[in-house]
Amino acid sequence: MLNFESLAAIGLNHYLIVSAALFCIGMVGVLVRRNVLVILMSIELMLNAVNLSFVAFSHFSQNINGQVMVFFVMTIAAAEAGVGLAIAVTIFKRFKEVNISFFEQLKG
Amino acid sequence: MFLLSLLIFVPLLFAVVLLFTKESQVKYTALAFSTAEFILSLRLFRDFNPGTADLQLVEKFSWVKSFGINYFVGIDGISFWLVLLTTFLMPITILGSWKAVEKSQKTFYVSLMVMQTTLLGTFLAMDAILFYVFFEAALIPMYFLIGIWGGPRKIYASIKFFIYTMFGSVFMLLAIITLMVMTTTLEGGAMSASFIDFYKLDIPFVGGTLLNSQTLLFFAFCLAFAIKCPMFPVHTWLPDAHTEAPTAGSVILAGVMLKMGTYGFLRLVLPMFPEATAYWAWVLMLLAVIGIIYGALVAMVQPDIKKLVAYSSVSHMGYIVLGLFSLNQFGITGGLYQMLNHGISTGALFLLVGMIYERTHDREISKYGGLAKAAPWFTIIFMIITMSSIAVPMTNGFVGEFLILIGAFGANKIFAGFAVLGVVLGATYMLWMVKRVFFGTYGELVEKYKGKLEITKRECIVMAPLVILVFWMGLLPNHFLDWSKVSLEHLVNSKDKYTLSYSLESEKIENKNLIAFKNKTVK
Amino acid sequence: MSNTLLFSLLFIFPLLGFLFNGIRFKSKNYKLAGIVGTAAVGASFLISVILVAKLIGLEEGARSITVHLFDWINIGDFSANASFLLDPISAVMILIITGVGSLIHLFSIGYMSHDERPSKYFSFLNLFIFNMLLLVLGDNLLVLFVGWEGVGLCSYLLIGFWFTDQQKAAAGMKAFITNRIGDAAFLIGLFLVFTNFGTIEFSSITSLLPATAESGWSGPITLACLFLFIGATGKSAQIPLYVWLPDAMAGPTPVSALIHAATMVTAGIYLIVRLSGMYMLAPDVMMLIAIIGALTAFFAATIAITQNDIKKILAYSTVSQLGYMFLAVGVGAFVPAMFHLMTHAFFKALMFLGSGSVIHAMHEEQDIRKMGGLKKYMPITHFTFLLGWLAIIGIPPLAGFFSKDEILWYTFASPAGSKVLWVIGAITAVMTAFYMTRLMALTFWGESRVSKDVHPHESPVSMTIPLIVLGVLSTIGGWIGIPHLISHYLPGHIPNVLEHWLEPVVKNIELTGPATMADEIVIMSLTMALIIGAAWTAYMFYARKSSIPSKVSKALGPLSTAVENKYFVDEFYNSKLINPLIEASKGLWLYIDVNFIDKVTYLASDFATGCGRGIKHLQNGNIQRYAMYMSVGLILILSLILMGS
Repeated sequence: MLNFESLAAIGLNHYLIVSAALFCIGMVGVLVRRNVLVILMSIELMLNAVNLSFVAFSHFSQNINGQVMVFFVMTIAAAEAGVGLAIAVTIFKRFKEVNISFFEQLKG
Repeated sequence: MFLLSLLIFVPLLFAVVLLFTKESQVKYTALAFSTAEFILSLRLFRDFNPGTADLQLVEKFSWVKSFGINYFVGIDGISFWLVLLTTFLMPITILGSWKAVEKSQKTFYVSLMVMQTTLLGTFLAMDAILFYVFFEAALIPMYFLIGIWGGPRKIYASIKFFIYTMFGSVFMLLAIITLMVMTTTLEGGAMSASFIDFYKLDIPFVGGTLLNSQTLLFFAFCLAFAIKCPMFPVHTWLPDAHTEAPTAGSVILAGVMLKMGTYGFLRLVLPMFPEATAYWAWVLMLLAVIGIIYGALVAMVQPDIKKLVAYSSVSHMGYIVLGLFSLNQFGITGGLYQMLNHGISTGALFLLVGMIYERTHDREISKYGGLAKAAPWFTIIFMIITMSSIAVPMTNGFVGEFLILIGAFGANKIFAGFAVLGVVLGATYMLWMVKRVFFGTYGELVEKYKGKLEITKRECIVMAPLVILVFWMGLLPNHFLDWSKVSLEHLVNSKDKYTLSYSLESEKIENKNLIAFKNKTVK
Repeated sequence: MSNTLLFSLLFIFPLLGFLFNGIRFKSKNYKLAGIVGTAAVGASFLISVILVAKLIGLEEGARSITVHLFDWINIGDFSANASFLLDPISAVMILIITGVGSLIHLFSIGYMSHDERPSKYFSFLNLFIFNMLLLVLGDNLLVLFVGWEGVGLCSYLLIGFWFTDQQKAAAGMKAFITNRIGDAAFLIGLFLVFTNFGTIEFSSITSLLPATAESGWSGPITLACLFLFIGATGKSAQIPLYVWLPDAMAGPTPVSALIHAATMVTAGIYLIVRLSGMYMLAPDVMMLIAIIGALTAFFAATIAITQNDIKKILAYSTVSQLGYMFLAVGVGAFVPAMFHLMTHAFFKALMFLGSGSVIHAMHEEQDIRKMGGLKKYMPITHFTFLLGWLAIIGIPPLAGFFSKDEILWYTFASPAGSKVLWVIGAITAVMTAFYMTRLMALTFWGESRVSKDVHPHESPVSMTIPLIVLGVLSTIGGWIGIPHLISHYLPGHIPNVLEHWLEPVVKNIELTGPATMADEIVIMSLTMALIIGAAWTAYMFYARKSSIPSKVSKALGPLSTAVENKYFVDEFYNSKLINPLIEASKGLWLYIDVNFIDKVTYLASDFATGCGRGIKHLQNGNIQRYAMYMSVGLILILSLILMGS
């Protein structure tokens, strides 16, 4: 069932294409969605797309640095998600609102 | 002895001190400080040598080396009286607005002090960038003076004033940069922003077209200074600024700030662009003549006394520009003299108008009448200043106006003929106003404030020096002109190839020591 | 005493008087103010006498004293110093100014005794004397101009002396502004003189004249003369700038006597006589002056016939007599002009003071229809006024006869004159006789029409003394200028003293025409007969209460209305010049300043704000939007790079 041969035929480009696709989906999500949670998720998606390309490059260039980088990114992504969600939850608690156009009133 | 730097920056120091003074004492301190500054400036009479056209008391320190920008100040016969006018008017202005300013006095006097620094800086700077900085910085305190202590439309007026003048200055900055780039072609090849180097430039000029460097630079500078003066048709900021400004603001604005424009013509335009000046002088003269007549006509129909005086300023400044662009000795001397006269007589008029306004809080001419009966001493002083303003002989105004007209007559008889009309119109608007305000039966305001209109002792002290100067300058103009004569003669005689030499104070001292040393050894 | 000191004192006394009275202007002590004021001018008069005596002591051809007080304006090759010149012309003038001036000051003490502000009055009057002395003594055009404007200023202050009356204040303003129009022209004339001669000193100009005459090109000189003459029409109230003088009667009557009859208004004549050499080089301007003078004399006389205000009649009479003087200078009769200036100063000052005395007695009533029969109440005033009347209409041997006769003779005989001008002059003389007799008849003679609550009385001594002195002067003042024709028949051959006196500095035009002595006699007798006839007619009309005048004015219809209303000149100036100017100025302000220039600047600022408003939507603070721009931009740049490679 699993054809390892064909798996092995998956080259760097395939990974990069998947990564790019994921990145674009994430970016469009950030740009067009209004829901704070969805935007945060989209950012995660973009970060992970980047992670994917890091790992792919790392694997194909036989260099461990890329995989190390991924750990950093994941940490930061976790921290960012933590802070972002905390803000989102606080705002939701206060205003019962998750649509970011609502937050424009915070603008100076 | 850094006299000029002291003159420029001591007021700034005073401003800082004022910030830490008690609100209740601030005006006394400010008066004391400005008087001290005036006394300091009197030292110029000792240190300045009127016998030479050279730049004197020069101080020069490198500021931005790579662009050749220096802190470079110096004084000659052209700036001499303007410096003294500035320091002289300041204590008078402060004493004149003794009671007029109630809110945030500290800021008010600090603004005036800063104002003085910038004005003196403008008159003393000999480096284009330094000049530009002071020229522009002067807007800031004036902006506050109008914007904070002004009348009902103060915001409109202050913004109009600011943007108008800024607009012109931008062109000047552009021109300055161009000139700085040009200086690299001079001997030595280094960039320089000093006026002295600008004078040396030989800027290509083609008559008849606008698109050549000298003409463009000429008009760029002219625009900046014409707006500052202000000349027709870019004068409309002035009436608004004057009407809304507090008395002190008006006095400084009319007395000194407008002179920055005419001073700029004299210091920069005439010597730097000789061919363009000679070729295009008629444009400036035409605008000046239009300004004289237009300003007078419009002044005539103003319902507000202060606005009338403001428009009369447009007319008077027209005379000054007319004189300067006559490009002969009479016109230029008269122009310089008229700058001082205008500072004194229009400054005094604004002070007087401010005095009535303080009492009645209204400046509508039609609400006055019979003031001469209610306040005879006030009327006498007002009449004297009016006579000065309409250039009756034996007052200062006459000497200036006469010299300007005779100069203009030498340059262009038609323009002079029309400018002479201004003499008639000037009498018309002033005397008509005097008739409506001072003569006749009591108007409603005079009736209401009858007992309180007479001039007080403090106000007499404010006006006395001005009145004395009106006659002094009218009867013995040589006392004043002698200090500027050599510089002006030099400017007129060498206007095609103007140069200004100077030697640094420090060098001078060294030279002196050297000579003394040599003398000793010879003996 | 040195000349410098004398000159300084001459100026300092009136100046001190001005300052003394000026500082205590609120004082009501009319006696102190009046005595100080009069003493100041009296002292000046004494000094003038000393100076003139010194002048007489000099050799005949070299009668001039020049004094340099201090440097005034010295720029380049232009110099105008505070230096003064006393020569025969200015000697005559300073004697008139200080002499008549002190009499009028003396008169004023009584006249102003009930006034609120006598000190102020005397201080202005002294200032006037000071300025008038400057005017006539200045040795260059600019010092003359200083006095010229200075007397205008004093005139302004004194006409508007009772400033609480809006109309009087307006009259003062009108005088000053009308004068200013002339002054502006004067300035242009001065510039032209300077550009032509390179100097404005009288002596230098005179010495340069022969060379100029030889060069033959008189264009610039003609222009200079023209403009200076326009200046003179302002000060001396000639067509078209005479309108201020009748209004100037708003001032106190002695002021009218001093400023608006005897001294200031003659400044224009003085100016032209002073520059007579230059004017001789500009025959076109001379002709214009003669025409303007004759027309002014004529029209002012017609107006004077119809006026009912005693001062207005005298004012128009002054304008008319000034017209005579201009006619004289226009035809080259400079000495007769100066002569008439002098005699006119005597008799017109006398008549104004007399009218002041009458007005004072009538409690400020000026309408002659409400007077009549005053002869018995005011004998001295009446008698002196009578002398003035005889002098002005030209009855020999009173002063006016000699001067007027000589002017008419020169008009007839001079190469620059003409018969037409002479006819106008003669008609004017007839009209003068008529309206002056009318004035006498309605005021002093006939039945009394004085209202019952007014009790006329003779004026105090301080007022009658000046009248008497001036009466004597009006009578004998003409004897210093007796024409050759008459002196020929007189025992002892009294010479024409004045002509002889002025000869070194000013000469009449040479009479070259065919006119003979016989002509002169005929002309003199003819005018005499006409004048007496006119006076008699007026006497019959007005003293004997005839209905003819009203019939005549009815018959003339619109013409007489026009004359009564002074030909509607003021109305014309108001509606055609002043109001349009004011309206136009309002238009300039509203349409050019507020609605055009400001609108243009608003357009500029609106453009800037408009651009900003357009772009501002791009930068609305929405991060999502910003991110979108960034990504779009990034994509664009990337695709560009990719396509490029």
